[in-house]
Amino acid sequence: MAMVQDIEIRDSAARAAQAAEELPDIQDERMVLNMGPSHPATHGVLRIVLELDGEIITKADPDIGYLHRGDEKIAENMTYTQFIPYTDRLDYLAPLANNVAYALAVEKLLGIEKDLPPRCQHIRVMCAELARISAHLLGLGAFAMDLGAVTVFLLTFTEREKIYNLAEAISGARFTTSYTRIGGVMRDLPPGWLALCQKFCDEFIPALNEVETLLTRNRIWVDRVRGLAVISKADAIDYGLSGPNLRGSGIEWDLRKNQPYLCYPDLEFDIPTGSVGDCYDRYLVRMEEMRQSVRILQQCIQKIPGGADNQTNEPVNVPDGKVVLPPKQNVMTKMEELIHQFILVTQGMNCPPGEIYFGHENPKGELGFYINSRGGGTPYRMKIRAPSFVNLSIIPKIFPGCLISDTVAILGSLDFVMGECDR
Amino acid sequence: MTALEQVQKLKTRFGDLISEPAEFRGEITLEIADAENIDEVCRHAKNDLGFDYLVDISSVDDYGEDPRWTLVYHLRGLTHGAELRLKTRVGEEKSELPTVTTVWGTANWHEREIYDMMGIRFRGHPDLRRILMWEGYPYFPLRKDFPLAGKPTDLPGVAFTKPAPLEGGPFVTAPGGKDAIEREPRVRTPED
Repeated sequence: MAMVQDIEIRDSAARAAQAAEELPDIQDERMVLNMGPSHPATHGVLRIVLELDGEIITKADPDIGYLHRGDEKIAENMTYTQFIPYTDRLDYLAPLANNVAYALAVEKLLGIEKDLPPRCQHIRVMCAELARISAHLLGLGAFAMDLGAVTVFLLTFTEREKIYNLAEAISGARFTTSYTRIGGVMRDLPPGWLALCQKFCDEFIPALNEVETLLTRNRIWVDRVRGLAVISKADAIDYGLSGPNLRGSGIEWDLRKNQPYLCYPDLEFDIPTGSVGDCYDRYLVRMEEMRQSVRILQQCIQKIPGGADNQTNEPVNVPDGKVVLPPKQNVMTKMEELIHQFILVTQGMNCPPGEIYFGHENPKGELGFYINSRGGGTPYRMKIRAPSFVNLSIIPKIFPGCLISDTVAILGSLDFVMGECDR
Repeated sequence: MTALEQVQKLKTRFGDLISEPAEFRGEITLEIADAENIDEVCRHAKNDLGFDYLVDISSVDDYGEDPRWTLVYHLRGLTHGAELRLKTRVGEEKSELPTVTTVWGTANWHEREIYDMMGIRFRGHPDLRRILMWEGYPYFPLRKDFPLAGKPTDLPGVAFTKPAPLEGGPFVTAPGGKDAIEREPRVRTPED
């Protein structure tokens, strides 16, 4: 016969008090807890060494580099065009935006960024905004799932799937798009793509509204994230935060507005900012940014020169045979184009000596490329200013004083990608 | 106020220490003659000229030149929107310059990365450890004399101990041919 035993469970405060009496030696003793590198809430391979006093974090030391692949070294050893696929793998949640950022940086070095045809500019803006929605959806889904709201994850991933389909339609790849080229894009939009994009926009807003009803006024959600990990304006600037994390702290700085590129000056959109700088504000900023991105997408669909089928044959590449590969039929029949093709493929485009920095408003923040050129087809040095790297550097500042269960909420609200952080 | 006006103010304050501004693609670059003054120039730029945001710090290995290292600081003022690039050079024997972590908190990780990748030390840095490579890694991989294919290390079980991450891919040539380092056509050897 099985033995039945009564177990007395007292409330946790009484237990803690008794434990402190019984074990006076552990008073003020610190415990070191290793979080990651393989932890579901660290979204990749971030490792944080936490020093704990009970449940309170007293010190946090992020350990990064588990995904370091030496992208900057690799970039020094190949032509500018060859590096485009590597940019897919920086922020691998928004490869289309990385492609645009990198192409714009090299075009700034070449001095041709003003010559980009309007159709190309609109296509690139749409790519960047689709990538922004996609990255924010994943960040939001994972953030909510870590705090127990799994439904949100399912909803946002349903919408992301549609963005993947759009990316597949334009580039042939769902994930590693490599869609831009220096001086343009790989190819024009396929027929019917704008209608698909419009359909996505129409379906996305109701889905986002549903997510809002699940989270924004949800008592559990608000209790977990409001007032948590407040980053003041001064700290945000001091630590070089960028993107939604900077704007969540109430600083109105968006490179699309403050240093406009592509056709952003012709588009209407607002820059949401937070008022407190806590996790809740960062969440709200991302939600509003997605709505603004849809606004931008819809304006682009209306305004894009050439329209859906490009009946007027608007170009999508700069008309410079020394930068962009010529059409294949011309290579086969014309001498000059054959030479251009040969030089571009073997040596790359001839960039002038000099140095430029170009910062692009990526979903995670400011993705910058510093290119130091000594002429020729390869960079002498290319530094990638990764927003996730910089945003993570504030962890030792904001973690102490938080509870250990808050770490997942803070990490979710910082919204980082290790592929970009470690490069 | 444009960046050029800011530069004039900086020049009147520091005189010959700062070169004439060079402009390329609309960006202004200043060279600081003595790397020992970089923290002072940065502090002045931040406190008096409003460059409150440090975008990035990069390092360049001018291999075969003396001084060998170039440090590149990207400054931005969030209120006036102007940007400025400061450059300074450090010799190989010294490989050391003052930290700017006292001016901007974000410099902490940027300087750790430069130390990790190039081996340039920052005097006064609160925590100058490797950041991307593991503690105890013996090389500085972004130096121009470090081969693209990597070098074997004495730490088995920590990371690659074989020299060639390029080995075994889909483009491997016939067995018994050249090794991965010689086969790699883009590899940069210290001699060239």
